[in-house]
Amino acid sequence: MSVVGSALFGAAGAACAGSLAGLLAPARLRAALVGACTAVAGLAGVVAGVAALDGGRWSADLPEVLPLAGVHLAVDALSGLFMVVSGAVVAAVAVYAVGYAGHGVHGASSRGAQAVLPLFAATLVLVPAAASVSTFLLLWEAMALTSLLLVLAEHRQRPAVREAGVWYAVMTHLGLVGLLAGLAWFAGQVGGETFAELRAGGPELSPTVRGTVFVLVTAALASKAGAVPLHAWLPRAHPEAPSHVSALMSAAMVNLGVYGIVRVGFDLLGGGPRWWWLALIATGALSAVYGILQAAMSADLKRLLAYSTSENMGLVLIGIGASGLFAAAGHPALAGVALAAALLHVVNHAAFKALLFCAAGAVLHATGLRDLDRLGGLRATMPMTAGLFALAALGAVALPPGNGFISEWLLLQSLIHGLEVPGVATAIVLPLAVAVIALSAGLAAAVFVKALGVGFFARPRSEQAAKATECPASMLAGMGLLAACCVGLAVLPGVLGGGLNRAVVAAGVDGEAPLRAGGLDVRLDALSSRLAPLWVVAGLTAGVLFASALPRLAARRRERRRNARLWDCGGGAPTPRMAYTATSFAEPLQRVFDDVLAPEQDVDVTHARESAYLVERVRYQRRVPDRIEHRLYRPVMDLLAAAGNSARRLAPGSMHLYLGYGFFGLVTLLVVLAVGW
Amino acid sequence: MNVIGYTAVVAQVALVVAGAPLLTGLMRQVRAKLEGRAGAGLIQPWRDVRKLLRKQPITPTGTGPAFRAAPALLVATAAVVAALIPLVSTQTPVRRHADLIVVVALLALGTVALALAGLDSGTAFGGMGSSREMTVAGLVEPTMLLAVFALSIPAGTTNLPAIVSGAIHDPTRLASPAGLLATAALAVAVLAEAGRIPVDNPATHLELTMIHEAMVLEYAGPDLALVELGSQMRLTVLLGLLTSLFAPWGIATSATWTALAIALVLFALKVAALGAVLAAAEVFWAKVRLFRVPELLAGSFLLALLAVTASYFLSGTGGGL
Repeated sequence: MSVVGSALFGAAGAACAGSLAGLLAPARLRAALVGACTAVAGLAGVVAGVAALDGGRWSADLPEVLPLAGVHLAVDALSGLFMVVSGAVVAAVAVYAVGYAGHGVHGASSRGAQAVLPLFAATLVLVPAAASVSTFLLLWEAMALTSLLLVLAEHRQRPAVREAGVWYAVMTHLGLVGLLAGLAWFAGQVGGETFAELRAGGPELSPTVRGTVFVLVTAALASKAGAVPLHAWLPRAHPEAPSHVSALMSAAMVNLGVYGIVRVGFDLLGGGPRWWWLALIATGALSAVYGILQAAMSADLKRLLAYSTSENMGLVLIGIGASGLFAAAGHPALAGVALAAALLHVVNHAAFKALLFCAAGAVLHATGLRDLDRLGGLRATMPMTAGLFALAALGAVALPPGNGFISEWLLLQSLIHGLEVPGVATAIVLPLAVAVIALSAGLAAAVFVKALGVGFFARPRSEQAAKATECPASMLAGMGLLAACCVGLAVLPGVLGGGLNRAVVAAGVDGEAPLRAGGLDVRLDALSSRLAPLWVVAGLTAGVLFASALPRLAARRRERRRNARLWDCGGGAPTPRMAYTATSFAEPLQRVFDDVLAPEQDVDVTHARESAYLVERVRYQRRVPDRIEHRLYRPVMDLLAAAGNSARRLAPGSMHLYLGYGFFGLVTLLVVLAVGW
Repeated sequence: MNVIGYTAVVAQVALVVAGAPLLTGLMRQVRAKLEGRAGAGLIQPWRDVRKLLRKQPITPTGTGPAFRAAPALLVATAAVVAALIPLVSTQTPVRRHADLIVVVALLALGTVALALAGLDSGTAFGGMGSSREMTVAGLVEPTMLLAVFALSIPAGTTNLPAIVSGAIHDPTRLASPAGLLATAALAVAVLAEAGRIPVDNPATHLELTMIHEAMVLEYAGPDLALVELGSQMRLTVLLGLLTSLFAPWGIATSATWTALAIALVLFALKVAALGAVLAAAEVFWAKVRLFRVPELLAGSFLLALLAVTASYFLSGTGGGL
């Protein structure tokens, strides 16, 4: 058996061992054992993925495992890429989870939650290996259920967890219905359910069938990726899950939605007409801008990160859509660059978002707070965590020398050169897509300046934040691994070049090697553009050294740095209550985007009894509701509730009536059959 | 070519570092003369920077590493940008890496560093400044990148030396409607990035209006010198970028010493002239209200979008890439 196969079986085995350990091991050892087994499963996933990216292909049919359909597995470079990402995130987060879940204060350390964690990790690694509709759906549902159980881990501590769990359960299963309907219909039309048969038969189907399958499947998968307007579960479930689970969901699980779209849209259906991809770009653009706007308004650290996931997946969808558009117009080289950019952004996003969620978890662990308005000053008490969060935030703001910049640069390059493709649609859509990416990058800078500056800098705004202590070593080690990934991706992205090229080709886009492999630079031979991240870092370092040397050169004598009181315009030492909070930081943006966000504000002034001119108390409330959710989901839910209420009148509790229903039902059925169907 | 190329890069950075305070001095002097004042003289900003650099460094209590590192990072980003942009020569050793998107992103990095420093001080003014600065910066970004897009269409690349040498050899590109629209859009974005009237007033310390100054209120001594120098360098490279893109004549496209010398003199003259015009215009403009700034930026965004579509439709063949 090849390396890929043995590694995948190793991953499954390690996960089962971890699950057993979670159930049976004594509480003292439980977290360490589960963490070790999960990390091994993740590493095995990385090994399998790297082997597949290196050009190894592997497939297996296991007809005896599952009755009727059997299990079909196959791994190519595209699955390999997603396996590497999932595996690496799982391995690092597993190390982190030993410290996070090992203290018994969270629901995450319970026997059940510990037993489910390795299984969830294994499904993350194995979903990309599925090679038939039934296997894919089975693994997909296993992933959804295990993650649902993990989201609910802390339901005893906070009532909000239950609400989040219900939202997640409903939406993921609606997604499953869409996926099941789309893929089953696809398989029925082709007359076979393995991916090889679908791949052979997909392009020959009628345009209507192909279009319907694409829309159904993409809607379901985009919902998993958190695309607006099907995102409503994400900003609820990701923040309420234990932080290591949030990291796994936001950095690994959402990617699989992207994987599914690429697999079905490009590989199985073999590309499609222009409107598919324009719709995908529109969805991506909406997600990017709406996600980052909601993140800008959010004062809850984990909710902010969850909305930022929506934004980044939106950017990825723009890349995929652009790639499909270019491929449909017969420009495979451009399509290859766009798809490579989207896939690279998936990798980069996984690295920095896992680190961000882990750091947010460390803050939660140390202070019990997620509310940015009450945090602050953590750079003094938790210097390592603050540094790691800053590193990840640099990736998230898409500025050099962060890793996010490289993939956004690639994406912009592919869109800017996309005007080669003739057509009015491209001439209007591509500039708007560039503007959307730029706007979301600009707002992301504001969002992460807020998260870092308000959450970690300045002075503590609450007692819990003042008393924070640095998190345990295992949590720091897990975050350190992720930080190393971020730095590696930021400085040496060329290393991924060969693997990305193979993944793009495996997806069915025949761009001839969009990225030059192995070099220090990112070079696009098709577009005559290049980027040298290492040189940017070197230049910035030289510049900082030069600037720090300037005062020394100019000074006549060396004087020691002296501490002094904050000036604050002569107002005297300001109290922490006078510092800007996350809410006040976002206020100008809220005003600018007033029409889009429709914030609800309420000022309640209570006057003193003696005189109407004396104010006793002022209460101010502000809420920025998720408007899309408000407008789109609320009416449907109200309608369902009304239908349920009116249906209650049919069941007044009388046995006679129920027997009557049965009798009439049977008679009606018989009459219908007798009249002739 | 090698020696001349390296000399050109060093000359660009040195000229920007040394010339930035002079440019500010010139602009203040122009303004003073137009307002009927005597003015402090051309080299007053130089004297200020020198004086501040010699003072004892001071750390306000309660600030952290971000506050300490931001001034140096601000200067570093401006210096790297000065090295990348073909201000005097397109034949530099960094010409292949001089990407316009990287330049825009590096300038944004300086903004972010300063905004974090403002929040790090933990004062009300620091937070207010960073909040406003990030709001404006976030809204400028689309205009900047769309202008980049429009400029890259005729050259077929976002590589700056390629765009500049293309414009030198084919001046009709600049006079096209797309070129003019992109100029206008980028000029507004540059005003916003550099914190000039009508977006921000560098001479104000009134809490209702200040943006940049509010972030840096807590700085003193050498740190303040670096912040001042960094802002002046940013203004210089942004004006230099405008002249390179829209009045590229004189920039050395061949690696000869004479071309380099002429280019250096011309660069200084062009930027000085542009600065003087800007200062003269500022006398007649008022700063707009903070919440009117988005309208201004939306207008320039529209211009940039028109530039892209115009260059697409007017060239007829899909941009001629």
